[in-house]
Amino acid sequence: MTAPNPEFEADCIRRILAGEKHLFHDLIRPCERSIYFLLFSLLKNETEAEDVAQETVIKVYQNLDKFRGESQFRTWVLSIARNEGLGRLRKISNRREDSLEADTDEQTGDYTPAILTSWREIPAEALEQKELGNLLRKAIEGLPEIYRNVVLLRDIEEIDIRETAAVLKISEASVKVRLHRARALLQRDLAPQLKGFASAKRRWFGGRA
Amino acid sequence: MRIDCKHVWQHISAYIENDVDPQLRAEIDRHLETCEICSAVLDSTRNVVILMADDRVFELPAGYSERLHARIDRELEKPHGWNPDD
Ligand SMILES: [Zn+2]
Repeated sequence: MTAPNPEFEADCIRRILAGEKHLFHDLIRPCERSIYFLLFSLLKNETEAEDVAQETVIKVYQNLDKFRGESQFRTWVLSIARNEGLGRLRKISNRREDSLEADTDEQTGDYTPAILTSWREIPAEALEQKELGNLLRKAIEGLPEIYRNVVLLRDIEEIDIRETAAVLKISEASVKVRLHRARALLQRDLAPQLKGFASAKRRWFGGRA
Repeated sequence: MRIDCKHVWQHISAYIENDVDPQLRAEIDRHLETCEICSAVLDSTRNVVILMADDRVFELPAGYSERLHARIDRELEKPHGWNPDD
């Protein structure tokens, strides 16, 4: 993920508003991956996610003069994406936002991890196998919505806890609680399945810190 | 105070984020030295976190970016996007 660059963004926005419209391509490019996956985590459908991603980007462009720089540009963009996504979700399923948010942080967080001392390392080559990606995607798609979007922003797009909280309009403490539960659920779900990928004896984790 | 396995599991996510205070971190480290189960749980959780961050696991649909920028181009061709006096 590209790190945000506030000076570049501010300069870009000023010039776009002054007429250099083509710069909008460069402004939005660092955000486009996160927009898509945030929407995919909400809508669970590639076509819908891409469609709403396009609507989001057009909305960002049309409202660019309203960005005041109080938050990071990406935070603002992702908040718009989330609103658009929730709007689409309501349209699709007539589900209300409150039912989407029905899972609360008060649910018990007690869990027992999958205890598998034999799965401790994953060979990097395993990632070349489509199957591993499918396992991960399926596990994440199976998470309750409130955990899925936190995992998506923090772990998949590697956005920090503060910004994740700002996009989702929840407290940093809630982000941490949800992240903990999500990771615990994923570990429990995935560890037994990923065991099969650990056949090659190579310390993979040590390569990346 | 000696901490038990359950206590360690409660803090695994924060431990991975490097978001536990130094005293608790030391306690957890001491526990991990002797507890094979907790160090396996930590390693596997950390592996899941690392895998998720790998761009190869979550790939954008083919042509997503091209279609997005083509859509932007169509919007940019329109005479006015916003009010310059705003
Ligand atoms: Zn233990």
